[in-house]
Amino acid sequence: MECQKCHQRPATVHLTQVINGQKSEVHVCEKCAKENGYMNYGEENFTLNDLLSGLFHSEGPSPLKGQSAHSYNQKPKLKCPNCGLSYEEFARIGKFGCADCYKTFDERLNPILRRVHSGNTRHDGKIPKREGGNLHLKKEMEEYKTNLRQLIEQEEFEEAAKVRDKIRSLESQLHHREDGDE
Amino acid sequence: MSLQQFMNEAISPWMKQEGPDSDIVLSSRIRLARNFSQHPFPIIASEETLNKVLEFFQEEFQKKSFRDYKDFELVQMKDLQPIEKRVLVEKHLISPHLAEKADKSASLISQNEQVSIMINEEDHIRIQLYFPSFQLDQALEQASQLDDWLEEKVDYAFDEKRGYLTACPTNVGTGMRASVMMHLPALSMTNQINRMTPAINQLGLVVRGIYGEGSEALGNIYQISNQITLGKSEEDIVEDLHSVVKQLIEQERKAREALMTRSSIQLEDRIFRSYGVLTNSRIIESKEAAKCLSDLRLGIDLGFIDHIPRTILNELMVLTQPGFLQQYANSTLSPDERDVRRASLIRERLQLENEE
Repeated sequence: MECQKCHQRPATVHLTQVINGQKSEVHVCEKCAKENGYMNYGEENFTLNDLLSGLFHSEGPSPLKGQSAHSYNQKPKLKCPNCGLSYEEFARIGKFGCADCYKTFDERLNPILRRVHSGNTRHDGKIPKREGGNLHLKKEMEEYKTNLRQLIEQEEFEEAAKVRDKIRSLESQLHHREDGDE
Repeated sequence: MSLQQFMNEAISPWMKQEGPDSDIVLSSRIRLARNFSQHPFPIIASEETLNKVLEFFQEEFQKKSFRDYKDFELVQMKDLQPIEKRVLVEKHLISPHLAEKADKSASLISQNEQVSIMINEEDHIRIQLYFPSFQLDQALEQASQLDDWLEEKVDYAFDEKRGYLTACPTNVGTGMRASVMMHLPALSMTNQINRMTPAINQLGLVVRGIYGEGSEALGNIYQISNQITLGKSEEDIVEDLHSVVKQLIEQERKAREALMTRSSIQLEDRIFRSYGVLTNSRIIESKEAAKCLSDLRLGIDLGFIDHIPRTILNELMVLTQPGFLQQYANSTLSPDERDVRRASLIRERLQLENEE
């Protein structure tokens, strides 16, 4: 198929335009596509990052410079002590610089995470074996505690006593480990 | 040399196996994003840091094996020609993002190409594990074990509240993206897929065409994956995806049956016309090739054509991409030249089946 504009080069850009419900197809070469504004070169495509960074900015300090100088509750400039990434840079690129950034920007993260992850802010999945440390025990204990409440409600006291003993043994393990760490 | 093997075969060894629902589901994939706790993320890390990460993998994992995933080969981006990178992207062994990064990044690929661990992509580590057909649970189980194997050596960036810490806030938590590649010709033909997409999106899942730009799905191949990574366990995410894919399979089967009862002769006509185009054309654009290959595959699934293996769609969809065409031609080709090459390659490949 040849280009509809120059009739010289092959058409490699195919577009479907819908204007006022009227559908039309355009087949042009790359050069003509650029010249006629069908392709935006030089400008990056609007990416997920742009969207994200828009979200972050809305959580950041007010963009009105004149006002923010007088603002009482202006937050100090946040900067990650480990990698040096500032909150402004994070908002611009939409990416964290290192693991510590999560701690540094912690206060401002919940609204962002909520929007990206359908309202969720807390991890509820896998815990790594080594890095997870005592989390495995803690999680197990939480499960036993829920179980214990259920058993008591159902008045199954014999079972409940067994579960209570398990919780006690886990608790002592946990204390033991934490002492050992110090 | 192993790189040569990755380059020469269009379909990875694992793709040749059939499995549950393999008439509709082409493959299942689990991707896990992980980072070192002590190093800045690749996006701002110094050359020195990136080098450290790379060397660590070279020393600890080069030529190592884990279960079925044998002889991991560290393929460094700096050693690859542009066409070679493109081939690896077309085989989904590396991401386009990794291919763009000039050096200090690599991919650790297992002999059977089922596992590729990308290094210094957006995150330090991106584990990818593929299974043929609809085997998400197995993929998750294996990926998780592989993850444990890496964790024996790597200090992961992990936080009790936020989970696995990633460069992008869209991946934090499980760091997991589970996806399923599906061939949905009947749902596409009847335009039902476009009506189902919004409902699927509401469940926190995304539907997109895997080849081609934007909403258009080249070859009627769609990828369904999870969007949310925080606040749900890996198992729950996979279960949600599983149930939606199950329904899509059912709907696709129903749509195929309906087409068969209502317009069997039209369907047969369409399939054999496409077969005719594939076996006879001298010039074919990728769009037309994809459409005809999808028809051919449907013809095989419905029993109209029985001398060609099902994997022809997977194989030729990869083989007729620009990177592979140029790899075979051993030179760079203009779009026109590619269309000619593509046509002759498809003809030769189908001729092979006729002879057997």
